[in-house]
Amino acid sequence: MGAPRSYQTQALIIGQFKLGEVDKIVTIYTPEFGKLKAVAKGAYRPGSKLGGNVELLTHSLMMLARGRNLDIVTQSQTIDAFTELKGDLWRMACGLYVLELVDSFTVENDEDRPLFDLLLDALRWLSQSDHSEIVLRYFELQVLNYVGYRPELYRCAVCGSPVKPVVNFFSSDRGGVLCPRCGQKDALSSAISVDALKILRLWQSCDYATARRVVLRRGLALELEQVTCQYINYLLQREVKSMAWLHELRRSQMVVDNGRARN
Amino acid sequence: MVFVAEPVARLVEALSKLPGIGPKSAHRLTYHILDSPDEEARALAEAIVALKEKIRLCSTCFNVTDCDPCVICRDSERDSSRVCVVERPSDIVPLERTGKYKGLYHVLHGSISPAQGIGSEQLKVRELLTRLENGAVKEVILATNPNLEGEATAMYLRRVVTSPDIRVSRLARGLPFGAELEYADDMTLSQAIEGRQEF
Ligand SMILES: [Zn+2]
Ligand SMILES: [Zn+2]
Repeated sequence: MGAPRSYQTQALIIGQFKLGEVDKIVTIYTPEFGKLKAVAKGAYRPGSKLGGNVELLTHSLMMLARGRNLDIVTQSQTIDAFTELKGDLWRMACGLYVLELVDSFTVENDEDRPLFDLLLDALRWLSQSDHSEIVLRYFELQVLNYVGYRPELYRCAVCGSPVKPVVNFFSSDRGGVLCPRCGQKDALSSAISVDALKILRLWQSCDYATARRVVLRRGLALELEQVTCQYINYLLQREVKSMAWLHELRRSQMVVDNGRARN
Repeated sequence: MVFVAEPVARLVEALSKLPGIGPKSAHRLTYHILDSPDEEARALAEAIVALKEKIRLCSTCFNVTDCDPCVICRDSERDSSRVCVVERPSDIVPLERTGKYKGLYHVLHGSISPAQGIGSEQLKVRELLTRLENGAVKEVILATNPNLEGEATAMYLRRVVTSPDIRVSRLARGLPFGAELEYADDMTLSQAIEGRQEF
Protein backbone atom coordinates (compact mmCIF):
# COMPACT_ATOMS: atom_id res chain seq x y z
CA MET A 1 0.00 0.00 0.00
CA GLY A 2 1.47 3.33 -1.05
CA ALA A 3 0.97 6.73 0.56
CA PRO A 4 -2.20 8.54 -0.59
CA ARG A 5 -1.67 10.47 -3.79
CA SER A 6 -3.21 13.63 -2.48
CA TYR A 7 -3.76 15.13 0.93
CA GLN A 8 -5.27 18.16 2.60
CA THR A 9 -3.60 20.36 5.18
CA GLN A 10 -3.73 23.75 6.77
CA ALA A 11 -0.80 25.84 5.61
CA LEU A 12 0.87 29.12 6.41
CA ILE A 13 2.73 30.43 3.39
CA ILE A 14 6.13 31.47 4.73
CA GLY A 15 8.26 31.75 1.59
CA GLN A 16 7.94 31.96 -2.17
CA PHE A 17 9.85 32.37 -5.37
CA LYS A 18 9.05 32.44 -9.03
CA LEU A 19 9.64 29.37 -11.16
CA GLY A 20 9.72 30.13 -14.87
CA GLU A 21 7.18 32.65 -16.11
CA VAL A 22 4.00 31.87 -14.19
CA ASP A 23 4.68 29.13 -11.64
CA LYS A 24 5.47 29.73 -8.01
CA ILE A 25 7.31 27.61 -5.48
CA VAL A 26 5.86 28.16 -2.04
CA THR A 27 7.37 27.25 1.28
CA ILE A 28 4.55 26.35 3.64
CA TYR A 29 4.44 25.58 7.32
CA THR A 30 1.88 22.94 8.20
CA PRO A 31 0.68 21.46 11.51
CA GLU A 32 1.17 17.84 10.45
CA PHE A 33 4.34 17.88 8.36
CA GLY A 34 6.21 20.96 9.47
CA LYS A 35 7.88 22.84 6.64
CA LEU A 36 7.34 21.82 3.00
CA LYS A 37 8.03 23.20 -0.44
CA ALA A 38 5.38 22.84 -3.13
CA VAL A 39 4.67 24.08 -6.64
CA ALA A 40 1.69 26.34 -7.31
CA LYS A 41 1.33 26.06 -11.07
CA GLY A 42 0.20 29.16 -12.92
CA ALA A 43 -0.03 31.18 -9.70
CA TYR A 44 1.36 34.31 -11.42
CA ARG A 45 -1.13 34.10 -14.28
CA PRO A 46 -3.84 36.80 -13.96
CA GLY A 47 -7.09 35.18 -12.91
CA SER A 48 -5.37 32.08 -11.49
CA LYS A 49 -7.51 30.29 -8.91
CA LEU A 50 -4.38 29.93 -6.78
CA GLY A 51 -3.10 33.53 -7.14
CA GLY A 52 -3.80 35.38 -3.90
CA ASN A 53 -4.56 32.12 -2.13
CA VAL A 54 -0.88 31.15 -2.22
CA GLU A 55 0.50 34.59 -1.31
CA LEU A 56 2.89 35.15 1.59
CA LEU A 57 1.21 35.92 4.92
CA THR A 58 -1.80 33.74 4.19
CA HIS A 59 -3.35 30.96 6.24
CA SER A 60 -5.08 28.53 3.96
CA LEU A 61 -6.52 25.09 3.55
CA MET A 62 -4.58 23.35 0.82
CA MET A 63 -5.01 20.27 -1.29
CA LEU A 64 -1.69 18.89 -2.42
CA ALA A 65 -0.82 16.08 -4.80
CA ARG A 66 2.35 14.08 -4.38
CA GLY A 67 4.81 15.01 -7.07
CA ARG A 68 8.02 13.38 -8.15
CA ASN A 69 10.21 16.08 -6.64
CA LEU A 70 7.96 18.65 -5.06
CA ASP A 71 4.32 18.24 -4.15
CA ILE A 72 1.83 20.23 -6.20
CA VAL A 73 -0.76 22.62 -4.79
CA THR A 74 -3.99 21.62 -6.49
CA GLN A 75 -6.32 23.86 -4.47
CA SER A 76 -5.91 26.55 -1.89
CA GLN A 77 -8.71 28.14 0.05
CA THR A 78 -7.87 31.11 2.21
CA ILE A 79 -8.80 30.81 5.87
CA ASP A 80 -7.25 34.14 6.88
CA ALA A 81 -5.67 36.56 4.40
CA PHE A 82 -4.35 38.77 7.22
CA THR A 83 -5.47 41.88 5.35
CA GLU A 84 -4.55 44.05 8.35
CA LEU A 85 -0.95 42.92 7.87
CA LYS A 86 -0.92 43.30 4.11
CA GLY A 87 -2.52 46.73 4.18
CA ASP A 88 0.04 48.35 6.46
CA LEU A 89 3.70 48.76 5.64
CA TRP A 90 5.04 48.26 9.16
CA ARG A 91 2.77 45.37 10.08
CA MET A 92 3.54 43.63 6.82
CA ALA A 93 7.26 44.02 7.50
CA CYS A 94 6.82 42.54 10.99
CA GLY A 95 4.81 39.65 9.54
CA LEU A 96 7.46 38.93 6.91
CA TYR A 97 10.17 38.96 9.58
CA VAL A 98 8.26 36.41 11.65
CA LEU A 99 7.89 34.17 8.57
CA GLU A 100 11.56 34.39 7.71
CA LEU A 101 12.52 33.55 11.28
CA VAL A 102 10.49 30.33 11.18
CA ASP A 103 11.86 29.49 7.74
CA SER A 104 15.42 30.06 8.98
CA PHE A 105 15.16 27.94 12.13
CA THR A 106 13.37 24.94 10.66
CA VAL A 107 14.20 22.09 8.29
CA GLU A 108 11.74 20.42 5.93
CA ASN A 109 9.49 17.56 7.03
CA ASP A 110 10.03 18.05 10.73
CA GLU A 111 6.61 18.17 12.35
CA ASP A 112 6.15 20.74 15.12
CA ARG A 113 2.51 21.51 15.88
CA PRO A 114 3.27 23.97 18.73
CA LEU A 115 5.47 26.03 16.41
CA PHE A 116 2.68 26.14 13.82
CA ASP A 117 0.28 27.37 16.52
CA LEU A 118 2.79 29.94 17.74
CA LEU A 119 3.34 31.29 14.24
CA LEU A 120 -0.39 31.54 13.58
CA ASP A 121 -0.87 33.28 16.94
CA ALA A 122 1.97 35.71 16.23
CA LEU A 123 0.39 36.74 12.92
CA ARG A 124 -2.93 37.32 14.70
CA TRP A 125 -1.26 39.35 17.46
CA LEU A 126 0.51 41.46 14.85
CA SER A 127 -2.80 42.03 13.06
CA GLN A 128 -4.62 43.14 16.15
CA SER A 129 -2.12 44.80 18.43
CA ASP A 130 -0.17 48.02 18.31
CA HIS A 131 2.63 46.48 20.37
CA SER A 132 4.49 45.02 17.42
CA GLU A 133 7.87 45.29 19.16
CA ILE A 134 6.60 43.18 22.05
CA VAL A 135 5.14 40.61 19.66
CA LEU A 136 8.44 40.33 17.76
CA ARG A 137 10.64 39.95 20.83
CA TYR A 138 8.22 37.60 22.58
CA PHE A 139 7.97 35.54 19.40
CA GLU A 140 11.76 35.36 19.04
CA LEU A 141 12.20 34.10 22.59
CA GLN A 142 9.45 31.52 22.16
CA VAL A 143 10.90 30.29 18.86
CA LEU A 144 14.29 29.95 20.56
CA ASN A 145 12.60 27.80 23.24
CA TYR A 146 11.00 25.58 20.60
CA VAL A 147 14.07 25.03 18.49
CA GLY A 148 16.37 24.33 21.43
CA TYR A 149 18.36 27.56 21.74
CA ARG A 150 16.73 28.93 24.88
CA PRO A 151 19.26 31.43 26.26
CA GLU A 152 20.43 30.93 29.85
CA LEU A 153 19.30 33.99 31.81
CA TYR A 154 19.68 32.98 35.46
CA ARG A 155 23.22 31.70 35.93
CA CYS A 156 26.44 33.03 34.46
CA ALA A 157 27.10 30.96 31.36
CA VAL A 158 30.84 30.88 32.18
CA CYS A 159 31.27 30.45 35.96
CA GLY A 160 27.76 29.28 36.83
CA SER A 161 27.20 31.77 39.64
CA PRO A 162 23.64 33.12 40.01
CA VAL A 163 23.22 36.43 38.19
CA LYS A 164 22.63 39.43 40.48
CA PRO A 165 20.39 42.45 39.69
CA VAL A 166 23.24 44.65 38.42
CA VAL A 167 24.42 45.49 34.90
CA ASN A 168 25.49 42.12 33.49
CA PHE A 169 26.66 40.98 30.04
CA PHE A 170 25.10 38.92 27.28
CA SER A 171 27.21 36.59 25.19
CA SER A 172 25.80 35.11 21.99
CA ASP A 173 28.46 32.44 21.67
CA ARG A 174 28.00 31.37 25.31
CA GLY A 175 24.24 31.38 24.77
CA GLY A 176 23.30 33.50 27.76
CA VAL A 177 24.05 36.04 30.38
CA LEU A 178 27.49 36.50 31.99
CA CYS A 179 28.23 37.92 35.44
CA PRO A 180 30.13 41.27 35.43
CA ARG A 181 33.44 39.56 36.23
CA CYS A 182 33.22 37.03 33.40
CA GLY A 183 31.59 39.55 31.04
CA GLN A 184 34.40 42.08 31.32
CA LYS A 185 36.87 39.40 30.23
CA ASP A 186 34.76 38.47 27.19
CA ALA A 187 35.28 41.09 24.47
CA LEU A 188 32.42 39.71 22.37
CA SER A 189 29.77 40.09 25.05
CA SER A 190 27.82 43.30 25.55
CA ALA A 191 26.29 44.90 28.61
CA ILE A 192 22.68 44.16 29.45
CA SER A 193 20.64 46.30 31.84
CA VAL A 194 18.72 44.96 34.82
CA ASP A 195 15.38 45.89 33.21
CA ALA A 196 16.21 44.23 29.90
CA LEU A 197 17.24 41.01 31.66
CA LYS A 198 14.05 41.03 33.74
CA ILE A 199 11.87 41.38 30.65
CA LEU A 200 13.72 38.66 28.74
CA ARG A 201 13.25 36.29 31.69
CA LEU A 202 9.55 37.10 31.84
CA TRP A 203 8.95 36.72 28.09
CA GLN A 204 10.91 33.50 27.99
CA SER A 205 8.34 31.77 30.17
CA CYS A 206 5.05 33.71 30.30
CA ASP A 207 2.02 33.63 27.99
CA TYR A 208 1.33 36.42 25.51
CA ALA A 209 -1.45 38.01 27.57
CA THR A 210 1.14 38.63 30.30
CA ALA A 211 3.92 39.55 27.88
CA ARG A 212 1.98 42.35 26.23
CA ARG A 213 1.33 44.15 29.52
CA VAL A 214 4.97 45.24 29.65
CA VAL A 215 5.40 48.96 29.02
CA LEU A 216 8.51 49.53 26.91
CA ARG A 217 10.50 52.74 26.84
CA ARG A 218 12.12 53.42 23.46
CA GLY A 219 15.66 52.83 24.77
CA LEU A 220 14.73 49.57 26.42
CA ALA A 221 12.96 48.33 23.28
CA LEU A 222 16.11 48.98 21.25
CA GLU A 223 18.32 47.25 23.83
CA LEU A 224 16.10 44.15 23.78
CA GLU A 225 16.11 44.12 19.98
CA GLN A 226 19.90 44.31 19.95
CA VAL A 227 20.29 41.40 22.36
CA THR A 228 17.88 39.03 20.63
CA CYS A 229 18.91 39.93 17.09
CA GLN A 230 22.62 39.55 17.82
CA TYR A 231 21.95 36.17 19.35
CA ILE A 232 19.77 35.07 16.42
CA ASN A 233 22.31 36.26 13.83
CA TYR A 234 24.99 34.37 15.73
CA LEU A 235 22.94 31.15 15.76
CA LEU A 236 22.08 31.39 12.06
CA GLN A 237 25.57 32.60 11.13
CA ARG A 238 23.93 35.27 8.98
CA GLU A 239 21.51 38.15 9.25
CA VAL A 240 17.77 37.72 9.00
CA LYS A 241 17.24 39.73 5.83
CA SER A 242 13.78 41.03 6.70
CA MET A 243 15.26 42.77 9.74
CA ALA A 244 17.07 45.21 7.44
CA TRP A 245 13.72 46.22 5.97
CA LEU A 246 12.27 46.87 9.46
CA HIS A 247 15.26 49.11 10.16
CA GLU A 248 14.86 50.91 6.85
CA LEU A 249 11.17 51.56 7.54
CA ARG A 250 11.99 52.91 10.95
CA ARG A 251 14.53 55.31 9.39
CA SER A 252 12.14 56.46 6.65
CA GLN A 253 9.41 57.04 9.23
CA MET A 254 11.81 59.28 11.14
CA VAL A 255 12.59 61.21 7.95
CA VAL A 256 8.88 61.68 7.23
CA ASP A 257 8.17 62.68 10.83
CA ASN A 258 11.02 65.19 10.83
CA GLY A 259 9.77 66.60 7.54
CA ARG A 260 6.32 67.13 9.04
CA ALA A 261 7.79 68.73 12.14
CA ARG A 262 9.67 71.25 9.97
CA ASN A 263 6.67 72.25 7.86
CA MET B 1 26.18 7.52 -25.21
CA VAL B 2 24.74 9.73 -27.92
CA PHE B 3 27.31 11.77 -29.77
CA VAL B 4 26.51 15.43 -30.19
CA ALA B 5 28.96 17.81 -31.87
CA GLU B 6 30.34 20.33 -29.41
CA PRO B 7 28.90 23.47 -31.13
CA VAL B 8 25.44 21.87 -31.10
CA ALA B 9 25.68 20.97 -27.42
CA ARG B 10 26.89 24.48 -26.65
CA LEU B 11 23.93 26.20 -28.31
CA VAL B 12 21.44 23.72 -26.80
CA GLU B 13 22.82 24.49 -23.39
CA ALA B 14 22.71 28.25 -23.95
CA LEU B 15 19.15 28.19 -25.28
CA SER B 16 17.81 25.98 -22.50
CA LYS B 17 18.77 28.69 -20.01
CA LEU B 18 16.10 30.95 -21.54
CA PRO B 19 12.78 31.21 -19.70
CA GLY B 20 10.12 28.79 -20.92
CA ILE B 21 12.59 26.75 -22.99
CA GLY B 22 13.27 23.21 -21.88
CA PRO B 23 15.93 20.85 -23.29
CA LYS B 24 13.54 19.57 -25.98
CA SER B 25 12.71 23.01 -27.37
CA ALA B 26 16.38 23.95 -27.17
CA HIS B 27 17.22 20.98 -29.37
CA ARG B 28 14.50 21.86 -31.84
CA LEU B 29 15.65 25.51 -32.04
CA THR B 30 19.28 24.49 -32.42
CA TYR B 31 18.57 22.21 -35.39
CA HIS B 32 16.28 24.83 -36.87
CA ILE B 33 19.10 27.38 -36.76
CA LEU B 34 21.49 24.81 -38.19
CA ASP B 35 19.15 24.31 -41.16
CA SER B 36 18.51 28.00 -41.75
CA PRO B 37 20.52 30.13 -44.24
CA ASP B 38 23.86 31.48 -43.00
CA GLU B 39 22.75 35.10 -43.17
CA GLU B 40 19.71 34.44 -40.97
CA ALA B 41 21.80 32.75 -38.32
CA ARG B 42 24.34 35.59 -38.49
CA ALA B 43 21.56 38.21 -38.16
CA LEU B 44 20.27 36.46 -35.06
CA ALA B 45 23.72 36.32 -33.48
CA GLU B 46 24.36 39.98 -34.31
CA ALA B 47 20.99 41.01 -32.90
CA ILE B 48 21.86 39.35 -29.61
CA VAL B 49 25.29 41.00 -29.46
CA ALA B 50 23.84 44.41 -30.39
CA LEU B 51 21.20 44.03 -27.68
CA LYS B 52 23.85 43.75 -25.01
CA GLU B 53 26.24 46.31 -26.53
CA LYS B 54 23.87 49.11 -27.48
CA ILE B 55 21.19 48.86 -24.84
CA ARG B 56 21.59 50.81 -21.64
CA LEU B 57 19.32 52.49 -19.15
CA CYS B 58 17.74 55.88 -19.78
CA SER B 59 19.30 58.23 -17.25
CA THR B 60 15.88 59.81 -16.57
CA CYS B 61 13.37 56.95 -16.39
CA PHE B 62 15.70 53.88 -16.31
CA ASN B 63 13.86 52.17 -19.11
CA VAL B 64 16.08 50.14 -21.45
CA THR B 65 17.05 52.23 -24.44
CA ASP B 66 19.60 52.65 -27.22
CA CYS B 67 19.57 56.44 -26.91
CA ASP B 68 19.65 58.61 -23.83
CA PRO B 69 17.15 60.09 -22.96
CA CYS B 70 14.91 57.33 -24.30
CA VAL B 71 12.28 57.88 -27.02
CA ILE B 72 9.53 58.27 -24.44
CA CYS B 73 11.40 60.81 -22.30
CA ARG B 74 12.44 62.88 -25.35
CA ASP B 75 8.93 62.91 -26.91
CA SER B 76 7.65 66.49 -26.42
CA GLU B 77 4.08 65.38 -27.20
CA ARG B 78 3.94 63.38 -24.00
CA ASP B 79 2.59 64.79 -20.74
CA SER B 80 5.65 65.38 -18.57
CA SER B 81 3.56 66.27 -15.52
CA ARG B 82 2.69 62.57 -15.04
CA VAL B 83 5.04 59.77 -14.11
CA CYS B 84 3.92 56.17 -14.04
CA VAL B 85 6.09 53.99 -11.77
CA VAL B 86 6.58 50.37 -12.85
CA GLU B 87 8.68 47.49 -11.56
CA ARG B 88 10.23 46.29 -14.83
CA PRO B 89 11.02 47.73 -18.26
CA SER B 90 8.77 45.00 -19.71
CA ASP B 91 5.79 46.45 -17.78
CA ILE B 92 5.86 49.54 -20.03
CA VAL B 93 4.96 47.54 -23.14
CA PRO B 94 1.42 46.47 -22.10
CA LEU B 95 0.69 49.94 -20.69
CA GLU B 96 1.75 51.55 -23.97
CA ARG B 97 -0.35 49.05 -25.90
CA THR B 98 -3.51 50.33 -24.21
CA GLY B 99 -2.91 53.74 -25.81
CA LYS B 100 -4.58 55.28 -22.73
CA TYR B 101 -1.52 56.77 -21.13
CA LYS B 102 0.47 59.69 -22.52
CA GLY B 103 2.70 60.53 -19.58
CA LEU B 104 6.24 59.43 -18.72
CA TYR B 105 7.52 56.39 -16.83
CA HIS B 106 9.93 55.49 -14.07
CA VAL B 107 11.32 51.96 -13.84
CA LEU B 108 12.23 50.77 -10.34
CA HIS B 109 13.97 47.58 -11.50
CA GLY B 110 12.30 45.36 -8.96
CA SER B 111 10.01 45.47 -5.98
CA ILE B 112 10.52 45.45 -2.26
CA SER B 113 11.11 41.88 -1.05
CA PRO B 114 12.51 41.88 2.48
CA ALA B 115 13.31 38.15 2.57
CA GLN B 116 15.40 38.55 -0.61
CA GLY B 117 17.20 41.50 0.94
CA ILE B 118 15.63 44.00 -1.46
CA GLY B 119 14.69 47.28 0.15
CA SER B 120 14.31 50.74 -1.37
CA GLU B 121 18.07 51.19 -1.68
CA GLN B 122 18.25 48.31 -4.16
CA LEU B 123 15.62 50.01 -6.36
CA LYS B 124 15.59 53.29 -8.33
CA VAL B 125 13.69 55.03 -5.53
CA ARG B 126 16.16 57.76 -4.69
CA GLU B 127 16.34 58.54 -8.43
CA LEU B 128 12.55 58.92 -8.50
CA LEU B 129 12.53 61.29 -5.54
CA THR B 130 15.29 63.38 -7.15
CA ARG B 131 13.28 63.49 -10.35
CA LEU B 132 10.26 64.87 -8.47
CA GLU B 133 12.22 67.65 -6.77
CA ASN B 134 11.94 70.31 -9.49
CA GLY B 135 8.14 70.47 -9.14
CA ALA B 136 7.33 69.70 -12.80
CA VAL B 137 5.61 66.42 -11.95
CA LYS B 138 2.06 66.79 -10.62
CA GLU B 139 0.97 63.16 -10.52
CA VAL B 140 2.74 59.91 -9.70
CA ILE B 141 0.86 56.81 -10.80
CA LEU B 142 1.91 53.69 -8.94
CA ALA B 143 1.70 50.74 -11.34
CA THR B 144 3.57 48.14 -9.31
CA ASN B 145 2.23 44.58 -9.45
CA PRO B 146 -0.94 43.72 -7.49
CA ASN B 147 0.88 41.24 -5.26
CA LEU B 148 2.50 41.44 -1.84
CA GLU B 149 5.81 42.92 -3.01
CA GLY B 150 4.12 45.35 -5.39
CA GLU B 151 1.78 46.51 -2.63
CA ALA B 152 4.68 46.98 -0.22
CA THR B 153 6.50 49.01 -2.86
CA ALA B 154 3.44 51.17 -3.55
CA MET B 155 2.81 51.80 0.14
CA TYR B 156 6.44 52.71 0.64
CA LEU B 157 6.44 55.16 -2.28
CA ARG B 158 3.18 56.65 -1.00
CA ARG B 159 4.99 57.37 2.23
CA VAL B 160 8.15 58.90 0.81
CA VAL B 161 6.54 61.07 -1.88
CA THR B 162 5.71 63.78 0.60
CA SER B 163 5.19 66.88 -1.55
CA PRO B 164 1.63 68.21 -1.13
CA ASP B 165 1.73 69.39 -4.77
CA ILE B 166 2.01 65.87 -6.13
CA ARG B 167 -1.04 63.67 -6.47
CA VAL B 168 -0.22 60.00 -5.89
CA SER B 169 -2.54 57.47 -7.51
CA ARG B 170 -2.54 53.69 -7.79
CA LEU B 171 -3.76 51.56 -10.67
CA ALA B 172 -7.25 50.28 -9.84
CA ARG B 173 -7.23 46.84 -8.33
CA GLY B 174 -9.89 44.20 -8.30
CA LEU B 175 -11.15 41.28 -10.29
CA PRO B 176 -9.18 40.28 -13.34
CA PHE B 177 -11.13 40.05 -16.59
CA GLY B 178 -12.17 36.48 -17.37
CA ALA B 179 -12.07 35.38 -13.74
CA GLU B 180 -14.89 33.92 -11.69
CA LEU B 181 -16.04 35.54 -8.47
CA GLU B 182 -16.18 32.24 -6.64
CA TYR B 183 -12.45 31.70 -7.01
CA ALA B 184 -11.27 35.19 -6.24
CA ASP B 185 -9.08 35.42 -3.15
CA ASP B 186 -10.13 37.50 -0.14
CA MET B 187 -7.60 40.25 -0.75
CA THR B 188 -8.70 40.80 -4.35
CA LEU B 189 -12.38 40.67 -3.45
CA SER B 190 -12.09 43.13 -0.57
CA GLN B 191 -10.15 45.54 -2.81
CA ALA B 192 -12.74 45.11 -5.54
CA ILE B 193 -15.54 45.96 -3.09
CA GLU B 194 -13.69 48.97 -1.69
CA GLY B 195 -12.84 50.20 -5.18
CA ARG B 196 -16.29 49.67 -6.72
CA GLN B 197 -17.49 52.29 -9.19
CA GLU B 198 -20.73 53.82 -10.42
CA PHE B 199 -22.12 51.70 -13.24
ZN1 LIG C 1 30.63 34.45 35.73
ZN1 LIG D 1 13.49 57.62 -20.39
